Amino acid sequence: MHTKFEEMVSIISQEKIAEGIYSMWLCTKEIAAHAKAGQFVSVYSNDGSRLLPRPISICEIEKEKNAIRLVYRIAGKGTAEFSAMCDGMQLKVVGPLGNGFPKKEKKAFLIGGGIGIPPMLQLAKELDCEKQMVLGFRDELFLVDEFEKLGKVYIATEDGSAGTKGNVLDAIRENGITADVIYACGPTPMLRALKNYAAENQIECWISMEERMACGIGACLACVCKSKEKDVHSNVKNKRICKEGPVFLAEEVDF
Amino acid sequence: MNMSVDLCGVTLKNPVMTASGTFGAGEEYSEFVDLNKLGAVVTKGVANVPWEGNPTPRVAEVYGGMLNAIGLQNPGIDLFIERDIPFLKQYDTKIIVNVCGHTTEEYVEVVKRLAEQPVDMLEINISCPNVKEGGIAFGQNPKMVETITREIKKYAAQPVIMKLSPNVTDITEMAKAAEAGGADALSMINTLTGMKIDIHRRNFVLANKTGGMSGPAVHPVAVRMVYQTAQAVQIPIIGMGGIMNAEDAIEMILAGATAISVGTANFTNPKVTEEIVDGIAAYMERYQVKDIKELVGAVHD
Repeated sequence: MHTKFEEMVSIISQEKIAEGIYSMWLCTKEIAAHAKAGQFVSVYSNDGSRLLPRPISICEIEKEKNAIRLVYRIAGKGTAEFSAMCDGMQLKVVGPLGNGFPKKEKKAFLIGGGIGIPPMLQLAKELDCEKQMVLGFRDELFLVDEFEKLGKVYIATEDGSAGTKGNVLDAIRENGITADVIYACGPTPMLRALKNYAAENQIECWISMEERMACGIGACLACVCKSKEKDVHSNVKNKRICKEGPVFLAEEVDF
Repeated sequence: MNMSVDLCGVTLKNPVMTASGTFGAGEEYSEFVDLNKLGAVVTKGVANVPWEGNPTPRVAEVYGGMLNAIGLQNPGIDLFIERDIPFLKQYDTKIIVNVCGHTTEEYVEVVKRLAEQPVDMLEINISCPNVKEGGIAFGQNPKMVETITREIKKYAAQPVIMKLSPNVTDITEMAKAAEAGGADALSMINTLTGMKIDIHRRNFVLANKTGGMSGPAVHPVAVRMVYQTAQAVQIPIIGMGGIMNAEDAIEMILAGATAISVGTANFTNPKVTEEIVDGIAAYMERYQVKDIKELVGAVHD
């Protein structure tokens, strides 16, 4: 069964929501209908000198409008190109890609760090259980209002300008909050700390991993991560982040 | 209009193949491409045992190209025979298995295992720049190219294609050595060794430091090497290197390639292989080319 679609999509709207961070709604044909929280899309450059798609997580899905929202950071020339595009312009997109978050009926922490925050918004919409959102920023906040509509939000900032001064674990400890399952996306040090925290507290922990990709669909073996057990597909202790992931049970991956 | 080509006794319905390592064993791309429409699928390199490959990051984009240093991660010949060959057998396309190894014995072991398999051709990777042993070490010395070709030919049940590296002073010497060793065809070019440095972190982008460069930026180099080699050997050449569209493919054929492989372009456009087949047909129609063989090596002195 085909579950991935290559489409020319048009930009419904785009806005800058923080320094270097953009929010873009795209009108798709099939992608929105098939997507779920934690999946990503490959966005292709219109400039022939940039060959590889940019993997961008899906921030929100509006199935009835066939729309998906991408919130991304300008990380280089490709994302800079996307940020300069406006309503009605077209982009080639392939998706939805990857596995997405499993949804457990347990008291949950939804933890996002930096540009790992956006995919947690769709997850917050899809999860129908008690949930606490813990968001870590360097300084400037974004998407916080939208998370607050969906549950209790705790904030950590590196510079202490909002919420707890420090990281997401500092915010969890300062507020004395607990959960039975963790869903997280963010920088590797954050994921590593959460993996340890989850192991110490025996909490089920699902993390979304990131790596430089080429094909985005599991063929090229660029974006692998080390797995604890031998992977069925690779036949070695490597899992493809774009295919078996990006979401993994933290204890199953080494990083 | 005839698009079929003969490659050492194997008839491909058209000259479009996939470049090893960019297309897995076809399964992932089968969601985007009708594999029945391709001349052949060339699989990711397979070794006698599973290989873990290199640490990440394994890829980097560069202007007009990319670098990769996957390090020939592969599931090993056992799982490949059990899973990947049966998958490809479902399609009406030729199966070309790319073979890698650290030593001659390892290559030979895989070649022997494939002898009984429903595989149409073997492509021997003596040109991977990203592994410490084997790979390119066999492909930069004409004596070694000839020796390993001859050794593999002793055991191969299918026609043998030697895949050559462009990271040499004179690729025609390697081509002639492969021909002397009994190669049935040549694939060229593998990637050009490159490097990218992150100026902000002041570090190498790839964990392997160097990687193989591919993409449209290398296409003119590949066309030149295919052209030179076509003048130097009698055996057919499968041309590859930065083919992004039908125009690039036709250019390669005119330079002397009997068939062509599409690699990096799959990452830019997952449907590109099928589009290239259609584009070649459109070109032939436009210029009233009745048989694609009329185009092979049509441009020369």
